[in-house]
Amino acid sequence: MPEFTINGEKRDVDVPPDMPLLWMLRDLLGMTGTKFGCGIAQCGACTVHLDGVAVRSCQLPVGRVGNRAITTIEGVGNTPAGAKIQKAWIDLEVIQCGYCQPGQIMSAAALLTGNPAPDDADIDAAMAGNLCRCGTYVRIREGIKHAARS
Amino acid sequence: MPPAPDAAIGLSRRAVLQGGALAAGLLVAIELPWSAARAAMASAPEPVPTGQRLNAFIHIAPDDRVTFTLPAVEMGQGVYTSQSQCIAEELDVALDKVIAAHAPPDQANYGSPVFVVQATGGSTTTMAWSEPLRKAGATARALLVAAAAARLRVDPASLTTENGMITHASSGRSLRYGEVADAASRLKPPAEVALKDPARFRLIGKPVHRIDTPDKAIGKTVYGIDVMLPGMKFATLRSSPVLGGKVGSVDQAPALAVPGVKQVVVLDDLVAVVADSTWSAMQGLDALAIDWAHGANAGLDQAKLWSDLEKASQGPGAVAKKEGDAPAKLKDGTLFDASYELPYLAHAPMELTNCTVHVQGGACELWTGTQVPGFAQAGAATALGITPDKVTVNNHLIGGGFGRRLEVDGVIKAVRIAAKVDGPVKVIWSREEDIRQQLYRPLYHEHIKARLENGRITAWHHRVTGGSVMAHWLPPVFKDGVDIDAVDGAAEVPYAVGDRLVEYIRHESAVPVQFWRGVGPNGSIFAIECFMDLIARKTGVDPLAFRRGLLEKNQRALGVLNLAADKAGWGTPAPSLPSGGRRGRGVALMNAFGSYLAAIADVAVSDEGDVGVTRLVIAADVGKVINPDILEAQIQGGAAFGLSAVLFGKITFAGGAVEQGNFNDYRIIRIDEMPVIEVHIVPSSENSGGIGEPGTVVTQPAVANAVYAATGVQLTRMPIDRALIAKGA
Amino acid sequence: MRRNLLLLAGAIVVLAAAIIGRMVFQPGPYSFAGGTQVELASYPDKTVTGVPSELATADPRSRADYVIRMADCEACHTAKGGKPFAGGRPFVLPFGTIYTPNITPDPETGIGKWTDAQFLDAVHKGIAPDGSRFYPAFPYASYTMLTDADVLAIKAYLFSLPPVKQPNKPNTFGFPFNQRWLMGIWSAFFNSDKRFRPVREQGPVWNRGAYLVEAAGHCGECHTPRNLMQALDQRSKFAGGVAEGWNAYNITGDRVSGIGGWSDAELASYLSTGHSQGRGGASGPMGEAVALSLSKLTRSDLAAIITYLKTVPAIRSDRSPQPAGPAPASPKLASIDNPVGKRVFEGSCAACHAWTGAGAIVEEARLTGVRAVNDPTAANVAAMILNGAGKPGTGRPYMPAFAASYSDTEIASVANYVTARFGAAKSDITPKEVARLRRQN
Ligand code: FES
Ligand code: FES
Repeated sequence: MPEFTINGEKRDVDVPPDMPLLWMLRDLLGMTGTKFGCGIAQCGACTVHLDGVAVRSCQLPVGRVGNRAITTIEGVGNTPAGAKIQKAWIDLEVIQCGYCQPGQIMSAAALLTGNPAPDDADIDAAMAGNLCRCGTYVRIREGIKHAARS
Repeated sequence: MPPAPDAAIGLSRRAVLQGGALAAGLLVAIELPWSAARAAMASAPEPVPTGQRLNAFIHIAPDDRVTFTLPAVEMGQGVYTSQSQCIAEELDVALDKVIAAHAPPDQANYGSPVFVVQATGGSTTTMAWSEPLRKAGATARALLVAAAAARLRVDPASLTTENGMITHASSGRSLRYGEVADAASRLKPPAEVALKDPARFRLIGKPVHRIDTPDKAIGKTVYGIDVMLPGMKFATLRSSPVLGGKVGSVDQAPALAVPGVKQVVVLDDLVAVVADSTWSAMQGLDALAIDWAHGANAGLDQAKLWSDLEKASQGPGAVAKKEGDAPAKLKDGTLFDASYELPYLAHAPMELTNCTVHVQGGACELWTGTQVPGFAQAGAATALGITPDKVTVNNHLIGGGFGRRLEVDGVIKAVRIAAKVDGPVKVIWSREEDIRQQLYRPLYHEHIKARLENGRITAWHHRVTGGSVMAHWLPPVFKDGVDIDAVDGAAEVPYAVGDRLVEYIRHESAVPVQFWRGVGPNGSIFAIECFMDLIARKTGVDPLAFRRGLLEKNQRALGVLNLAADKAGWGTPAPSLPSGGRRGRGVALMNAFGSYLAAIADVAVSDEGDVGVTRLVIAADVGKVINPDILEAQIQGGAAFGLSAVLFGKITFAGGAVEQGNFNDYRIIRIDEMPVIEVHIVPSSENSGGIGEPGTVVTQPAVANAVYAATGVQLTRMPIDRALIAKGA
Repeated sequence: MRRNLLLLAGAIVVLAAAIIGRMVFQPGPYSFAGGTQVELASYPDKTVTGVPSELATADPRSRADYVIRMADCEACHTAKGGKPFAGGRPFVLPFGTIYTPNITPDPETGIGKWTDAQFLDAVHKGIAPDGSRFYPAFPYASYTMLTDADVLAIKAYLFSLPPVKQPNKPNTFGFPFNQRWLMGIWSAFFNSDKRFRPVREQGPVWNRGAYLVEAAGHCGECHTPRNLMQALDQRSKFAGGVAEGWNAYNITGDRVSGIGGWSDAELASYLSTGHSQGRGGASGPMGEAVALSLSKLTRSDLAAIITYLKTVPAIRSDRSPQPAGPAPASPKLASIDNPVGKRVFEGSCAACHAWTGAGAIVEEARLTGVRAVNDPTAANVAAMILNGAGKPGTGRPYMPAFAASYSDTEIASVANYVTARFGAAKSDITPKEVARLRRQN
């Protein structure tokens, strides 16, 4: 049975190798914090980390995860950057409906991990793949800067 | 048959799985981890025990837990918090102690004071519910105080409340709310209660933190799409791509051959695949070659939809507003005449349409996020031929509504599918299905004619043509041929326009329509504001000065207009984009939903006609504000929604089917395309207006007018058509 | 003076004759191999034509099904979203748009009334039952090499389909291109009307490959450049051509420009799955050829194709330079000044392709090392962005089409950004060229 490390825990999941990680998380493991928004890597709602790198889980067949560590919105608070971003999101009230936000937070946390002081162009490059229909973009930008300062 | 490619080139997983033993092992194994996961998951908030319910909105448990049952649904607009602020303010409890939950279907208790039916929409929550909820809070507090007074044998007037405690100052004794809640629930509520003096507000008017944010930030919030139930199956569906088409024939075998697929449900208008996981269901659906009977709409295309609308707009129309004799005055003089057309639009909320349903023993329980729980209950009951009391609706937070969840088509389809499935099933629409199968913002044709004398408008005729949402959504309100929503923003205008006639023509096509963030004013105000610029520019007057001249009697409108102009630096040139282009600045004003907003947009237009919005300044007077931070967020978000619409938004039909399907062809604005947005609030003690939608409404004409300023071309059909504003076009 | 003029005129005539002669008198498609071409009947191995040995004992229906896959009829004879083989797919040519006909057995709108002889004439000679001529967009100059048995197997397959009533669309050619009789002259020059003749000195695998590549697969129709008369220039065989606005790349044995550096396994993977690690994926018309034809072929047939292709003489072409190496991970690159391209890339592309171009999620999304990305015209990059590939939710590689949401400027900009960031040389495709590509697909 394939073994995965998810948020620091080892999980054995019997899953067909072509199932995208998104659906393994949501339907097989009940980890519904990771969201389905488009299924074609155009919205970012399904973003998780593989060894700290933000990837779209809707496009990632579980068979290609290998032994890379998976971090989801449920676990990203245990990373320094994730905790900072989550706090900034609450401090600045970034969130509206919240549906896109697990993905936004995962993308932002990955950005901050690799780049502790991102400028606007860095933020655009890291965040433009995450859609927010509620239009929280202005605050996402502020939130990342706020987290970087903290 | 020749060998399948797999057989020729290497065995595929599917081929291996069809081998039998392995397949069985896998399927069983997939089911195993669920039970543990399910057990760990609570989907909906626990049901509130009866006994200490102080009224329909407030429940206090003996351990002091305070639960609010909130009539308006949370879909991002912040009403969980603002409604709670109203109750908690009067009840004197801290917000972070409050557990909030959506009201079940119950028209008597939770029917909207605006719509009568139980509905969240039209930016009405604050105007409809602030007072009733404050009263509910004050009444409950009075009951608690009365119960405490009886327990302590003191005069109620000698008791004070704070933070869930009742204190008798002179004796130093105090009681927790939880200690007297049971007794209070048995008392008769007072007929009249005094509301708090605004000077003593701790919560109302303050930018307090939202109560729904912390869970959302850690992925803990359970939206409808996240519901998990023991034994649940997952389904996805495909409805006829052509409007009104039916399933002709379908061979179910290819879907059933997909590992994990349990069942194919074929209904007259749709095919659903039920499986162990959403992924397997999707694979199963993809494997099907469905033969559709396209029916009467197979020839429908967008050009015809536009031309039919235009034909219908010739009139005659039903009168929505008449003052003086505008048609007579519009026979001669200096006349202006223009028509503006707005496309079909999809809501595309990030949470896809979904509903989990369990039909058994003549009853139905469903889990979803809906703006209209009563409609969901009634719709499910009708679909199953049972009475509404047999339908339990568990309402969830919604991942973006924008009007989409004011309809229950998604609930009804899920219920029809679930009726054929043993056990609970979660039906999720793919994004393609969601974009192609929903109800759309109506196509609007807005025709305005006006007479100008000495820089003033002396006669005005505005005719709105489009599909009516009200006619099917709330039929009693559709009276005398007028859809009050479609003419909202047109029937009353902030400007002095002399004699006026406002008409409405209902024109239905085969395309079903529904409310969309900004509703009727999106069309009417877009047209009016573009028309104002047309007159101003044609007569060589500054568009801002022209508007001011028509607003002498409207101080609130003038107030926001002047504030926005001042902050935006009206009169200075608009800044350019690093990539160059023609620059322009545009203004728009709106009064609808009880609020006044003015927006000023700066744009840069490239030689090829691509438009970048560089800055947006919005001034708002929304009357009394419950939470200024949420207010600002709603304006920012509403503006972003409007930007997507004016720059990119359109749903078009070809061969009776929607041409768009996902975010690659139904474009939504991204963070790197967002302008700076500055929001300025005019302090106001007027009645609270709505704010969910105005930002969307006012942004669109501001951008269109800025493009007009930059290019000298006024576009009359949205969204912006690059070809028409390319240099030298 | 007069004499000089005469001489000049004479020289021009001779030159023109030489040029036309060179166009007209083309070497045969596989004469590069030398040797003696012999009658099929006199070649000892019988598996050169027809179905491969694996299917030797299969039933006629399966064999017919295989042969029609070899000839890849479905791709061209199916409109987007239309019924298979019912025609209606547009081909935008320099002189107008042509629509493929309905080849289902519907008696009125399809080929239901055609006799075997009429079908053979159509496929071998480009002559319709009413005597009119087909345009060579229908590759009869290649199909003419198919055996009668194989052509009739195709007919048998088509006649087993449910008839689809769908009238053919007229083409939009203007004068003189609407004069179909001219195609008779064209055929006289460019259609040999000769069935396949194996090369005696070559083994059965090579000859089978030649039959699959030249007759059935008609690879040269896209991969060989055309001369002014729209005939294949066999002297530049497989050096790269165009198909519906897409560049069909050099598939000669050249190590830099062609497939000389590809291993057999890489070629087999590319042909059978549409993708090869580090080499990129097949998209556009080649993607269809893989999906509908090549992926359905047996291993032995793929091996035959590879064996044959490897013997095609190497030609170096400047459109296909040595691919560039990996790109840096940092989004910011001082060397690229293309804000619009960057904006589109970060919003719609980076999530799958990654800033390194190595593919963020799956190898199929790799951009570096891919032929199209190193093509300085950027035609295929732009065409790919416009049209996408595959369909969503299937678990197979998929790229959305962006034609509907991005403007010509945006698509040109992002195509140029991609070649600058990940390719050997920065391209300069213009919005106008993107507009033209848009019309072609
Ligand atoms: S669901 Fe994966 S990017 Fe949208
Ligand atoms: S917060 Fe609602 S979609 Fe982003």
